[in-house]
Amino acid sequence: MKVIYLDNNATTCVAPEVLEAMLPFLRDSYGNASSMHGFGGQVGKFIAEARERTAEALGCSPEEIIFTSCGTESDNTAIFSTVRSQPEKRHVVTTRVEHPAVLNVASHLEIAGYEVTHLKVDELGRLDLQELEDSLRPDTALVSIMHANNENGVIFPLERIAEIVKSRGILLHTDAVQTVGKLSIDLQKLAVDFLALSAHKVHGPKGMGALYVRRGVPFRPFMLGGHQEKGRRAGTENVAGIVALGKAMEMAATGIVEENSRVRALRDRLEQGIMAAVSDVRRNGDPENRLPNTTSLAFKYIEGESILLMLDQYGICASSGSACTSGSLEPSHVLRAMGVPFTFAHGSIRFSLSRYTTDEEIDLVLRELPGIVSRLRAMSPFTGKDDAAPGCAC
Amino acid sequence: MWDYTDKVRDHFLNPRNAGPMDDPTAVGEVGSLACGDALKLFLKIDDSGRITDATFQTFGCASAIASSSVLTELLKGKTVDEAAAITNKEIATELGGLPREKMHCSVMGQEALESALKRYRGELGPMVKPEGEIVCKCFGVTDVQIRRAITENGLTTVEEITDYTKAGGGCGECVLDLERILAETRGTEPAKPKPVAPKRKLTNLQRMQLVTKVIDEEIRPSLKKDRGDIELLDIEGLKVLVSMRGACSGCPSSQLTIKELVQRRLRDAVDPDIIVEEVRS
Repeated sequence: MKVIYLDNNATTCVAPEVLEAMLPFLRDSYGNASSMHGFGGQVGKFIAEARERTAEALGCSPEEIIFTSCGTESDNTAIFSTVRSQPEKRHVVTTRVEHPAVLNVASHLEIAGYEVTHLKVDELGRLDLQELEDSLRPDTALVSIMHANNENGVIFPLERIAEIVKSRGILLHTDAVQTVGKLSIDLQKLAVDFLALSAHKVHGPKGMGALYVRRGVPFRPFMLGGHQEKGRRAGTENVAGIVALGKAMEMAATGIVEENSRVRALRDRLEQGIMAAVSDVRRNGDPENRLPNTTSLAFKYIEGESILLMLDQYGICASSGSACTSGSLEPSHVLRAMGVPFTFAHGSIRFSLSRYTTDEEIDLVLRELPGIVSRLRAMSPFTGKDDAAPGCAC
Repeated sequence: MWDYTDKVRDHFLNPRNAGPMDDPTAVGEVGSLACGDALKLFLKIDDSGRITDATFQTFGCASAIASSSVLTELLKGKTVDEAAAITNKEIATELGGLPREKMHCSVMGQEALESALKRYRGELGPMVKPEGEIVCKCFGVTDVQIRRAITENGLTTVEEITDYTKAGGGCGECVLDLERILAETRGTEPAKPKPVAPKRKLTNLQRMQLVTKVIDEEIRPSLKKDRGDIELLDIEGLKVLVSMRGACSGCPSSQLTIKELVQRRLRDAVDPDIIVEEVRS
């Protein structure tokens, strides 16, 4: 069965060109860039080239890019660096809808005695910039706000956020894992101090990330050891991964145009098609400012995992907004923060497209999904009964 | 993706007896939309007390639907008494097993059956009220349900209780109660390190002095390392009342700190039966 991959916010396929670019470094050119001999040393120039390509795609200079092992490492590095470089400051601002790579670091800081402000979002997943402004204090060490949300695709107004935060002289970190390759980012204009990205969300391989650190911003390394990355990130360079990221970032520049034209049109057709064919569907998140590839839809009266498993029968890969394990039967923290009602929240499905998504794939989803929803609704005791949802305090 | 057996997949993709029933003899209901899963079981029972038909409506994940489907198959042709003997374990076994985290789906099937049979026998009014005291407020699970799950499935840990009943899977406040119920049901003492507490009986005064000494000299310095603190408010017999201060106050893991650090240390050093409770200001 052909796989119809509509879960690109989780991970993406490695572009054939990217794979091609990285393979030599897994085969013959396996040298260590730190070696004195020519065989190892020669890979150094490929690392430098990848750094240039990455920097170029972001509008920064190559020295401002640190290669890491993933988006999570980049987020951890940025947050721990800011608190360590400003030990007297004990307050951190973030949002309720961040990725666990930021949220769990924030909880860790809380336990260690930091005060953490979690900014709210409204029912469309948007921040209140006044609340951000009011939350800033003289002892605020860091503001960490994602560029766009992975679950509902809502884009936060990062330029405006940067103006507010930087006017107070506070360091600003952004998790841009979902926007790199989907939105154009120009760090000449966007005044963030740290920006985290991940290769596998932009058709690169897993196990590869990068962190942008603005020149002049105090930095404390997260990984200690060798002198790699100018002492800012120890550990032998993942040469193949770095070369792959460079290639992926180069391709992302043209990919962005496609994301915002053809992919956006496909997403809109999928979304409008589903909403026209199925009753009691609700869109999660701000329809205006969101990623061009993402739609999060909530189907009333039914449960997400069932929908996913039935879609899986047709090879369709998507993801749900709730994890139905005993430990977390609750909807995701993002849906809860948006106040999505329980009647909808358990039935939320996210489709995230990529530049490899085709018209035919969207046709197939539009053909199969309405039937799946009807079958599950026919089985549900709540269908049509809006008063059948007594809260159970969870 | 969950690792479901072929039988679970089959009953999920081709559910047997799905849908409401016209004129059922008895209906059993458990769960709610807010809780993430719910099951409504319809039974037709003839005059001789034999189940002639069973159907279901389920809101939930694949294993919830499969458990409901297989339950209706199990029920058909059984007498009411035979049906009453069905356990959640049988439902899971019939499906070739369920992932541990999904065992609560089979428990939901058994509970819906129980509620339907009670209605049939006229033991229940129109409202289904679970027996026993609610222990897990998040998912509305009672002590009776928890004890039953422990006994019938031979559960030995709190995590297993959560997998089977969902109790403790929300805010986690009832974890201490679950530990107590587990110990009571299994007829064992709650898990604790080898008691090194003095065998001799302490007087009230001695116990109070020892508690104060351990808190001041051992527990507070270790909490202070994490910028937290604890205040001893009162000692009533074996019950020690404390209040968390500094970084510990309002910290979601403060319950864990009290249980793991404070209570364990006091049980080791003072008396194995000491209970530490937090008084929130």
